[in-house]
Amino acid sequence: MVNIKELKASIGETQILKGLNLEIKPGEVHAIMGPNGSGKSTLASVLAGREDYDVTGGSVDFESRDLLEMDATERARSGLFLAFQYPVEIPGVSNINFMRAAVNGKREHEGLDPIKGKDFLNLVKEKASLVELDGRLRNRSVNEGFSGGEKKRNEIFQMAMLEPRFAVLDETDSGLDIDALRIVANGVNAMRSPDRSFLVITHYQRLLDYIVPDFVHVLVDGKIVLSGDKDLALKLEEKGYDWIKEDVIA
Amino acid sequence: MAYDGNDKVLEEVTGKSYEFGFTTDIESDKAPAGLNEDIIRLISSKKEEPEWMLKWRLEAFAVWKKMEEPNWPHLQYKKPDYQAISYYSAPKQKKQLNSLDEVDPEMRKTMDKLGISMEEQKRLSGVAVDFVMDSVSVATSFKEKLGELGIIFCSMSDAVKEHPELIKKYLGSVVPTKDNFFSALNAAVFTDGSFCYIPKGVRCPMELSTYFRINESGTGQFERTLVVADEASYVSYLEGCTAPQRDENQLHAAVVELVALDEAEIKYSTVQNWYPGDAEGKGGVFNFVTKRGICHRRSKISWTQVETGSAVTWKYPSCILKGDHSVGEFYSVAVTNNAQQADTGTKMIHLGKNTHSTIISKGISAGKSHNSYRGLVQIMPSADNARNFSQCDSLLMTDTSGAHTFPYIEVKNPTAKVEHEATTSKIGEDQIFYCLQRGIDEEQAISLIVNGYAKEVLNQLPMEFAVEAQKLLSISLEGSVG
Ligand SMILES: Nc1ncnc2c1ncn2[C@@H]1O[C@H](COP(=O)(O)OP(=O)(O)OP(=O)(O)O)[C@@H](O)[C@H]1O
Ligand SMILES: [Mg+2]
Repeated sequence: MVNIKELKASIGETQILKGLNLEIKPGEVHAIMGPNGSGKSTLASVLAGREDYDVTGGSVDFESRDLLEMDATERARSGLFLAFQYPVEIPGVSNINFMRAAVNGKREHEGLDPIKGKDFLNLVKEKASLVELDGRLRNRSVNEGFSGGEKKRNEIFQMAMLEPRFAVLDETDSGLDIDALRIVANGVNAMRSPDRSFLVITHYQRLLDYIVPDFVHVLVDGKIVLSGDKDLALKLEEKGYDWIKEDVIA
Repeated sequence: MAYDGNDKVLEEVTGKSYEFGFTTDIESDKAPAGLNEDIIRLISSKKEEPEWMLKWRLEAFAVWKKMEEPNWPHLQYKKPDYQAISYYSAPKQKKQLNSLDEVDPEMRKTMDKLGISMEEQKRLSGVAVDFVMDSVSVATSFKEKLGELGIIFCSMSDAVKEHPELIKKYLGSVVPTKDNFFSALNAAVFTDGSFCYIPKGVRCPMELSTYFRINESGTGQFERTLVVADEASYVSYLEGCTAPQRDENQLHAAVVELVALDEAEIKYSTVQNWYPGDAEGKGGVFNFVTKRGICHRRSKISWTQVETGSAVTWKYPSCILKGDHSVGEFYSVAVTNNAQQADTGTKMIHLGKNTHSTIISKGISAGKSHNSYRGLVQIMPSADNARNFSQCDSLLMTDTSGAHTFPYIEVKNPTAKVEHEATTSKIGEDQIFYCLQRGIDEEQAISLIVNGYAKEVLNQLPMEFAVEAQKLLSISLEGSVG
């Protein structure tokens, strides 16, 4: 599904990703953990096609296509989804209109006509119930005045609406209360399927109790320095990152 | 810097010719260039006006000759040569029309291109259209239906002949001839426009609409609009326009007067899309408009405008809140792109007790354009407990565009409450990226964000107009982020 090789990226003069390798097969869930500032969100942004970052080396293959050649819109329409660490507010644009534009963008890419009003509303109803998104929030401006948790839930709602092939969740668990965490995780689990993959960025192993990953990777200083199964997350929770820095890097 | 593709997109947009930049070749009956008493007599006789109207024009001309064209600090343009303009042109079509079939086919085509064919208007929207092509109204619909309610909606020339008592009473009563350079010029040479009168207690059942169009090269457009809402009546009036592409600057100096008598309400909405000129501003329309309304006791006037066109815009729809408990509102979206310059805003003059005014202004500047808000809130000594709330927001699409806010507040009564809020922001790259990541393309992203930003104002427009206005905003800003 996704094959990242020796990926290097910088912003301005600063190199942030320093040769990152990661292969994600269809149906797999990979978790990435790592200290603050190690480059996790940068990886997510680079994959999503944010132009502030310069890719200075390496390659990313996405379903046998060169991901780095595609612009952000095309990546999204081809099935890449990013749940933002900090979802953006768009005043005056209702969540529902926003999603309709997004859904229709994807349909256009697939050669389909714009979705019919009734079908769209049914889809919204179905997907909103998946993450128990309040009806109120659907009609409010995108993320405007949403609480931190509501924003995260809205990200997962959008993901469900767009049914991506590959979803990157950047700290979707932070800011969620215990119930919301379970709801969001259930939403993600409901979407797990043999032809959909996830890259879950998190600081807390707790999320991984709900969304059980196939692999856990540790990102330090722009590189994946250690990979393992879900038990690695437990070990990290217990021991922190210092031992890795000492063991692996030294 | 993000959006490196910008230069290319910008080029594409600036290279894109004005969508409605076509002209029709209806033969015109046109006065020679220049302005003098003879020309004014010619206009008056062409319009078959009564003597008192000619006298009024000549007096205005005498006043204008003594006035000087104003200079504004934030507008730069080559002043028009008033002697090089032709002040009268009429399509060669004089007879009163009974049906659309009698309209010149060329003109019908123009209307079709504008998407405002009369049949459509009649059938779909229930809007009565007084279509102004150049300076003469060519057709008026729904007249009978309005007539049953005693509503008068006709061209200004007809009104002068058929309703002299109302015209004598109200014409120039809100914008006196001597008010400013352009109002004096307009009074001397106006060739058409619309008149609307709503009788006491009548609620006008449909939006009244006039489409303006400038069609003759070098012809100034001097419209005169007068709306009188008698006691406890209501009317919603729409004004919209597009213009053909031109090489020389086209002057437009309209005057709009609104009179809201006791307990009446007038809602006046404008979508303005005149040719802004090429990327350098060459060939665009100069739009110098005087719009003002007077509110009597417990009445309300609400101005809503979406301004996207013109090379130079100078326009301050205003309210004189004369009657106690009267209300004035101003909602505006002004978009400037490329080399456009706009200096717009409003004046709220509070005279009556418990008068309230609201100002919501949303400026959007793209390219290297300049967009100024200039507003005056004046609370006179007589205006006990007056209230004003002003919100002036500016959105910059590029680093090269400018936004300026000049709020003037004069409070001469200590019981007044005046609130002013202003913000300036650059269109968010985060917002755009968020849209892109959801599979929305850049153009649509900008359209969504900008329409969201302007929503408070767009919401004030009647439904069909709001849809049109949204499209207009998107079109005028395509690919303009930088
Ligand atoms: N726009 C930017 N300009 C300058 N530096 C940046 C920018 N974006 C990220 N960085 C830097 O890149 C490094 C990696 O940031 P990134 O957001 O990818 O970290 P992260 O692993 O997601 O951290 P966290 O766990 O705190 O979310 C940090 O040192 C950060 O300061
Ligand atoms: Mg991060």
